[in-house]
Amino acid sequence: MRRLSLIMGLALVGLVVAAAAVSLVWTPYDPNLVRPPDRLLGPSWSHWLGTDRMGIDLLSRLMVGSRTTLMVGVIAVCLAIVVGVPLGLVSGIRRGWLSQLLLRVSDIMFALPALLLAILLVAVRGASVATATWAIGIATVPVFVRMAHAATLSVMAQDFIDAARSCGTSSAAIALRHVLPNIAPIVGVQASASFSSAILAEAGLSYLGLAAPATTPTWGRMMRDGQVDLFLTAWPALAPGLAIAVAVLGFNLLGDGLRDQLDPRLREFR
Amino acid sequence: MSLLEVDHLNVWFDRGRSQVVRDLSFSIDPGQRLGLIGQSGSGKSVTALAIMGLLPESALMSGTVRFEGRRLSGAKEAELAQARGRDLTMVFQEPMTALDPTMKVGRQVAEVIRLHEESSGRETRRRVIEMLDRVGLPNPDRITDAFPHQLSGGQRQRVVLAMALMLGPRLVIADEPTTALDVTVQAQVLELLDVELAAHRAACLFISHDLAVVARVCQQVMVMLDGRVVESGPVRQVLSQPIHPYTRGLIATARLDLARPGSRLPTVEDFYAGGQL
Repeated sequence: MRRLSLIMGLALVGLVVAAAAVSLVWTPYDPNLVRPPDRLLGPSWSHWLGTDRMGIDLLSRLMVGSRTTLMVGVIAVCLAIVVGVPLGLVSGIRRGWLSQLLLRVSDIMFALPALLLAILLVAVRGASVATATWAIGIATVPVFVRMAHAATLSVMAQDFIDAARSCGTSSAAIALRHVLPNIAPIVGVQASASFSSAILAEAGLSYLGLAAPATTPTWGRMMRDGQVDLFLTAWPALAPGLAIAVAVLGFNLLGDGLRDQLDPRLREFR
Repeated sequence: MSLLEVDHLNVWFDRGRSQVVRDLSFSIDPGQRLGLIGQSGSGKSVTALAIMGLLPESALMSGTVRFEGRRLSGAKEAELAQARGRDLTMVFQEPMTALDPTMKVGRQVAEVIRLHEESSGRETRRRVIEMLDRVGLPNPDRITDAFPHQLSGGQRQRVVLAMALMLGPRLVIADEPTTALDVTVQAQVLELLDVELAAHRAACLFISHDLAVVARVCQQVMVMLDGRVVESGPVRQVLSQPIHPYTRGLIATARLDLARPGSRLPTVEDFYAGGQL
């Protein structure tokens, strides 16, 4: 059963990654080609997922859109990890007023909805995928600060930390060699969970028109465009919605599966 | 000159509101083994942590700890780190938690070498395997690549001993090293500790609540109660002619073979009612 969620997660994430990779060299149709005679077709052999109101092939556009989805997710989560984990680690090991300040600031950021931050950034820098990525990444930093801090505190309370110190290990070496490997599984699981939130956030921002311009195919934007014709055909809105669901489910399952795999206590004796 | 000198040591927790160690003074000569006995919460482990400089930040401490004449109390962290693991080492009570679960045990032992000496990778590995062999682990070259959870409690405690003895320290602080082990493994580990301490001519502060164990390993003993030493002296003398009622109680409860069948077993309270000293 433990393996099942990992395999399902890998399969779904693999599907999205494969779609993105293939779209770099090949898509069934030009994702920007407007063909008015083919507008609002249902799924068929020639158009697997049908076409939108402009006659653009939905599958081709979804494939290209997956690139934006993955890119935003990867960059935003990496940003959050690179900034958040070291801050959480240090604040967990060195407890002082600076750590307290840091934690209070991330509490305040927690209370601030990510969407509000995104709108603020968009107002300053204009709507673009890059702005959306920054906004999502910054909004995710406190998640990792909090999580790394809590995980570090629980690791630091363990006997093996005292044992390492009694062998003459310095604080920095303890952080890198003992604490970081012990919190890595939790960071990994959180990264996968945050990845799916980032995908949702990007879709939401695109849907509101706060991320990508109309020419860039993104899943959220496609949903927004598709809802206009919802009474004629559900496909233009349903297809990107399903794609988002698949990606989110995939990363959540992957996170669960990874947690079980990364825990050395669950590994079998070779 | 004494190897370790503890002078008027006091430790408080909870912002000075509760005193855990009260005016404790003792010394250990090179190669000497001193037992420290007392019940849970009497301040034994805190004394050990205070000597190692490992007290949590929330603790307050006064008094001095000297090792080979050098002051350890109040020394810089880097200076302390240099002495720890090489000159004085510690064996922890719980073998289940004293090893990092994410690191192979061989690397954890190797870490002690890497922190204090220049040694090539191959040379380090050879020394680690040799040490694991010495502490009586079967297939040491296989165990060095095992994770802690793959070993039994007794095996882990041998690994912890290997870490503590690796560099031939002059003082080993053993904090209830056999309490978490079952009786047969306990006897084996004690035997090993006895042999290795003798081989390295290392001194030992042996903390336990078990009189029989202390009597096996140590020549001198201190009895600790509520953060204070209430009695001390050569093990034989303390065991045969205990002065303090608390010590008498401890000895009576340890000698269950003397209790008459059918009668109530003795408790420490029969001898010492507690309260202010």
